[in-house]
Amino acid sequence: MTVVLTLAVLALVAIAIWQMTKIFELSQLKADQSRAQIANDNDNKNNGYLLFAFMVFTYLITIFSFWKYSKFLLPDASSAHGEEYDYLMLVSFVIIFIVQFITQFLLHYFGYKYRGREGQKALFYADNDRLEFIWTIIPVIVLAGLILWGLYTWTNIMDVNDEDDPLIVELYAQQFNWTARYGGADNVLGGANVRMIDIDRANVLGLDESDSYAADDVIVKELHLPVGRKVNFKMRSQDVLHSAYMPHFRAQMNCVPGMTTEFSFTPITTTAEIRQNSEVVDKVKRTNKIRAEKNVKITEENRILEAHGEPTKELLDSWEYDYILLCNKICGKSHYNMQMKIIVETQEEYEAWMKTQQTFGQTMASVQ
Amino acid sequence: MSATAHAQVDDHAHDDHGHHHKETFVTKYIFSQDHKMIAKQYLITGVLVMGFIGIAMSLFFRMQIAWPGESFPIFEAILGKWAPDGVMDADMYLALVTMHGTIMVFFVLTAGLSGTFSNLLIPLQIGARDMASGFLNMLSFWMFFVSCVVMVISLFVEAGPAAAGWTIYPPLSALPMAQPGSGMGMTLWLVSMAIFIASSLLGSLNYIVTVINLRTKGMSMTRLPLTIWAFFITAIIGVISFPVLLSAALLLIMDRSFGTSFFLSDIFIQGEVLHYQGGSPVLYEHLFWFLGHPEVYIVLLPALGITSEVMSTNARKPIFGYRAMVASIMAIAFLSTIVWGHHMFISGMNPFLGSVFTFTTLLIAIPSAVKAFNYITTLWKGNLQLNPAMLFSIGLVSTFITGGLTGIILGDSTLDINVHDTYFVVAHFHLVMGISALYGLFAGVYHWFPKLFEGRMMNKNLGYVHFWVTAVCAYGVFFPMHFVGMAGLPRRYYENTAFPMFDEFTDIQVLMTTFALIAGAAQLLFVYNFVRSMFYGKKGPKNPWNSNTLEWTAEVKHIHGNWDGPIPHVHRWAYDYSKVDENGEYIIPGQDFVPQTVPLQEDEEELQH
Repeated sequence: MTVVLTLAVLALVAIAIWQMTKIFELSQLKADQSRAQIANDNDNKNNGYLLFAFMVFTYLITIFSFWKYSKFLLPDASSAHGEEYDYLMLVSFVIIFIVQFITQFLLHYFGYKYRGREGQKALFYADNDRLEFIWTIIPVIVLAGLILWGLYTWTNIMDVNDEDDPLIVELYAQQFNWTARYGGADNVLGGANVRMIDIDRANVLGLDESDSYAADDVIVKELHLPVGRKVNFKMRSQDVLHSAYMPHFRAQMNCVPGMTTEFSFTPITTTAEIRQNSEVVDKVKRTNKIRAEKNVKITEENRILEAHGEPTKELLDSWEYDYILLCNKICGKSHYNMQMKIIVETQEEYEAWMKTQQTFGQTMASVQ
Repeated sequence: MSATAHAQVDDHAHDDHGHHHKETFVTKYIFSQDHKMIAKQYLITGVLVMGFIGIAMSLFFRMQIAWPGESFPIFEAILGKWAPDGVMDADMYLALVTMHGTIMVFFVLTAGLSGTFSNLLIPLQIGARDMASGFLNMLSFWMFFVSCVVMVISLFVEAGPAAAGWTIYPPLSALPMAQPGSGMGMTLWLVSMAIFIASSLLGSLNYIVTVINLRTKGMSMTRLPLTIWAFFITAIIGVISFPVLLSAALLLIMDRSFGTSFFLSDIFIQGEVLHYQGGSPVLYEHLFWFLGHPEVYIVLLPALGITSEVMSTNARKPIFGYRAMVASIMAIAFLSTIVWGHHMFISGMNPFLGSVFTFTTLLIAIPSAVKAFNYITTLWKGNLQLNPAMLFSIGLVSTFITGGLTGIILGDSTLDINVHDTYFVVAHFHLVMGISALYGLFAGVYHWFPKLFEGRMMNKNLGYVHFWVTAVCAYGVFFPMHFVGMAGLPRRYYENTAFPMFDEFTDIQVLMTTFALIAGAAQLLFVYNFVRSMFYGKKGPKNPWNSNTLEWTAEVKHIHGNWDGPIPHVHRWAYDYSKVDENGEYIIPGQDFVPQTVPLQEDEEELQH
């Protein structure tokens, strides 16, 4: 399949070049006058029309992309600040599309309308202070509004404080996985540093074993968050830069070795609820259809592999929608697969889950 | 005072021109000190050779993204051990992404674009016999050449080339155990870039001195063509910002090789704690982006300058708002040095700094908007000669607007949170600086090809095909890409199969890659047209585009010193196209342009622009 495709592309390229050579040669025949390679009225006419067509193309590709791809976009934000984020994004996009529509129209339409003709006189029009003023002041006003709104939202989002009894969670990054640590019963994280990492004794996050706050810390590989409670994240990395990216919550912060970074948000939609969201239901349906199709292919391939006595490939699981934490800063070979599942649940479910987890103290005791 | 200074320079240059020394092959074609030859050397090394490598790399990793895990014989043939059974290795994917970025940004669009056209046009358009220092100019090119060679060599080292992204953030780039590309490949990368920076500084200083000192009589700063303004300001921001990148590179070399801790602290990797203590990767990010952001404009401003000149000439109209254009260039240049933090909103730096950088960043949209509107107004009521160069200029304005508008999203610290480092960013900067700068470059090559190759002209029909295929494909690749980014897909992922939420993007990825492959093929057409026209292109008239600027008064045949006789004097600005007197007649009857060398007519007003 691939080979055929590659060959087809190569063949098309070859044909294209051959055709171009023909054009080149044909145009060389008439090239006895020195002005042959300068646009004449005919070229201006053709390319003027093409500019008009190109304008239509830019609109069409916009409409096509919206029609075909807007269903790919993330569902409504599942965090409190995310609602404001989405609204600001929407307003910015409306402004962008208005400006885009108008300016692309003017640019290409002028290109078409004023295409050169023998004897046509251009207008000597070098400057106009009023026009310059208009298109300076309009962006100034629009941008001032966007800047103020953006800064107001930004200050709110980035104000990580201890009001409203936030849940304290550490996100710990390393090549190529995530670990989360809860403060435990006291909701305070014990001190930690990479120099205290002791792999043999399973102290993989370098917690200070003498710190009394550390004993009740809970270390997990799947992030559970109670809905409606503010979460203050403290990010750490042990090796290279990573970025904790939680797109469903409109949240992202880099994890930097040598320092602790922070981000805070309040989840407002549980995993169970988001799975009921109609957009999400459709997405899951589409995705599982694709996965089923892939499985048909894999089964076929496996039959051949089996016949040759080679190891077979695994089939894809049917997918259930989940929130996810991704790494979004290039961190090495397996950067593309550095993830952790996030589950947002009710307070009761969260507490029940938490009860089943071992504390750091218990883990250490069991290793002794 | 300045008049006498000019006169002296003029006389001296003319005297000097009297004795011709015999040129050997080596002094003429290799270690040439002639700016026209150096421009060609930059064009061929920077654009054709490095550009080919850089674009080919992007096609390779686009194929991997569209058809992950698929086996391609071409991968096996070219990547060798990095593509066992024709399937691209994940480390090689990152290396290709890194080297594509490095080569395109620095080698093609900084050295290739600026190097070619600053060298060619500065002396010719200001009326100088050559650069202020031909020797430094030659040195600048050969250092660039050496840095190219080192960078290309780094592609062949055992553990592979640098693979930490073109921004080479430590600790990933500093620790050889973090990824294979951070070994010898990264060392060579740093060495190559250090030489590159030295070359760039030599070149820039030369451009600045030449523009300030060697303008011909009458060529006041306010009569300079906008190309020269753009090259001049670009050189200044290069001189201001490139040394900071050099310091970042030097400190990184120290951390890598001499055990210092400028950028590293508290690291546990591969089962052991490293000794580094007290450094910060965020410091590196500040240093890098202090160059990195102005770099965007170092790439873009020359393209905008070229567009101004090409668009005005082919519209047969003066560029609209000359003074506003110059002011915009200066405002953009100034602002570009104080916006770098918008690459770091979520780096862990103080959020208050983020607020400041949001403010300065969105300000830069104002001069950019002024430029875009001025270009559009320049087309209004023109008599547009739609040569390939003109189409590329119009294309530049189109992509500059499309890509620039999404900058409003990314420059806003709030909105950046969720699209930072996703494909949305990739789409944004490719349109606004990558494609736009390439269009500027192509416009320049088509327009000044006769100046580069002694009157030969490129084939226009091939040029048209080249433009239209490229224009459609560029949007075909990058427009859908915004949606993928908005859907939360991070950039630099080797494959997207690890997340079922990205499963349904397969088709869109295939679409983008298909457009990219066609666009890549269209560039071969350009190379073919270029090489063929270089040898067999038909010679056109001396001033093929009926242009006002001085370069078209210089000898068609390349001679040392550019003008056979004395250097022409300048009497007006460069944009008197279709200027008419009170009776509505052209200033020069039957000719819709008035070259800069034509004195003002008796009753003619020189409009103060």
